[in-house]
Amino acid sequence: MQEQEDTSMFSEENLISVTVNGHLYEQHVPVRILLSDFLRHELHLTGTHVGCEHGVCGCCTVLLNGEAVRSCLMLAVQADGMVLTTIEGMAGTNSELHPIQQAFQEKHGLQCGFCTPGIIMSVHAMLHENASPSEEEIRHELSGNLCRCTGYQNIVEAVKLAAERLRESHTEVK
Amino acid sequence: MKPPRFRYCAPDMLDEALSLLDKYGEDAKVLAGGQSLIPLLNMRLAGPAYLLDINHISELNYIETEDGYLAVGATVRQRQVERSPLVKEQHPLLVEVVQHIGHMQIRNRGTIAGSIAHADPAAELPALLTCLNGEVVAQSVHGERIIKADEFFTGYLSTALNPGEILTEVRFPWITPQSGWAFAEFARRSGDYALVGAAAVVTSSLDDHCISAHIAYLGIAGLPLRVREIENMLIETTFDEKVLDEASELARTFVSEDMEDVHATVDYRRALTAEITRRVLRMAWARREH
Repeated sequence: MQEQEDTSMFSEENLISVTVNGHLYEQHVPVRILLSDFLRHELHLTGTHVGCEHGVCGCCTVLLNGEAVRSCLMLAVQADGMVLTTIEGMAGTNSELHPIQQAFQEKHGLQCGFCTPGIIMSVHAMLHENASPSEEEIRHELSGNLCRCTGYQNIVEAVKLAAERLRESHTEVK
Repeated sequence: MKPPRFRYCAPDMLDEALSLLDKYGEDAKVLAGGQSLIPLLNMRLAGPAYLLDINHISELNYIETEDGYLAVGATVRQRQVERSPLVKEQHPLLVEVVQHIGHMQIRNRGTIAGSIAHADPAAELPALLTCLNGEVVAQSVHGERIIKADEFFTGYLSTALNPGEILTEVRFPWITPQSGWAFAEFARRSGDYALVGAAAVVTSSLDDHCISAHIAYLGIAGLPLRVREIENMLIETTFDEKVLDEASELARTFVSEDMEDVHATVDYRRALTAEITRRVLRMAWARREH
């Protein structure tokens, strides 16, 4: 009897409630579904890309309570009660690009674009913590995001431009 | 990619977690930051029947200064330690080491205790704990055990933890302000697992001879390795070039013959070990107060 009660504490499906880009979702999920797959397959937010699925490439980076994390290295059930921002939450309500996105477009900070959502989210977290990063700091903070097209130079230029514009407009990165 | 089927539970209280683990320990894994366990699940290299998530146990989220050591609770994230003014001020070597772990996205989730419990021989924190001769606290329904680093790490990804135990606290001994310390590692790409690394702490006497030396390595054997032979030969010396040459030649011989893989040959690891030994000893010696 005791045994049965304990086992019931472990479950294969949980009800979770997460806020993603300002929308509250309440959903039953299998406990083994990764946060990245939950975002893509359940919420149909396919802007979060999955590359390596073991934490190396950085494509799946999202903001969890404001901090950049790998969504492939978390279970969706672990995001219960948390606030998430994905690339879909970056542009404004009238689809105007976020200053970081605008800078990436202008500086050609992307080619194929597969790594870009993860990079934008990492840059967002970086600029929130440090509004004036040096080139070395930018390169260091971006070391967790792999890009196979650009050679990184234009990504670094884009981050510099985004940081400059955000400083000028006195906008705190939100 | 999907982890294999498991059952999941995330208790709020340590007591609850311990009694669940007492029952299901043999078939359960403890999930903290998940930065090593989730990839293992994703690649199906691990397939526990039960996953016990300890992230909600708030009583394990603490960084405290104690007599003799800094205590870090089981759910403290690496990033928390990296940002902590207290740790920066009082245990700068720990901050230096943590900054070498993965990338900031990894450190935002990864925990200090989780890295110790995972016991990857190429990871930074097990080598640091071994260097400092630190301890861990393991709790189970039967009480708590305090385990010294050199008894805790027992082999590749293996520790002295029993199936019913949770590693609840890691204790990093203080380094006296007079001591010099250093950490260095070599990785092919920033944030990758390092091929070889070392942590060193040295102290000198009033007449400026070495009176205490600690050095431990990652990546040279199946477990983090403290090399007392090197420590002993440094005592009474002044770390001149001849001594550093001898120490690095000696270090070379401690690289295990089976440390050969797609990333580096044994010979290459030996060359790295010699050079890293020289660098950490020189840097630690330069940082001492005398």
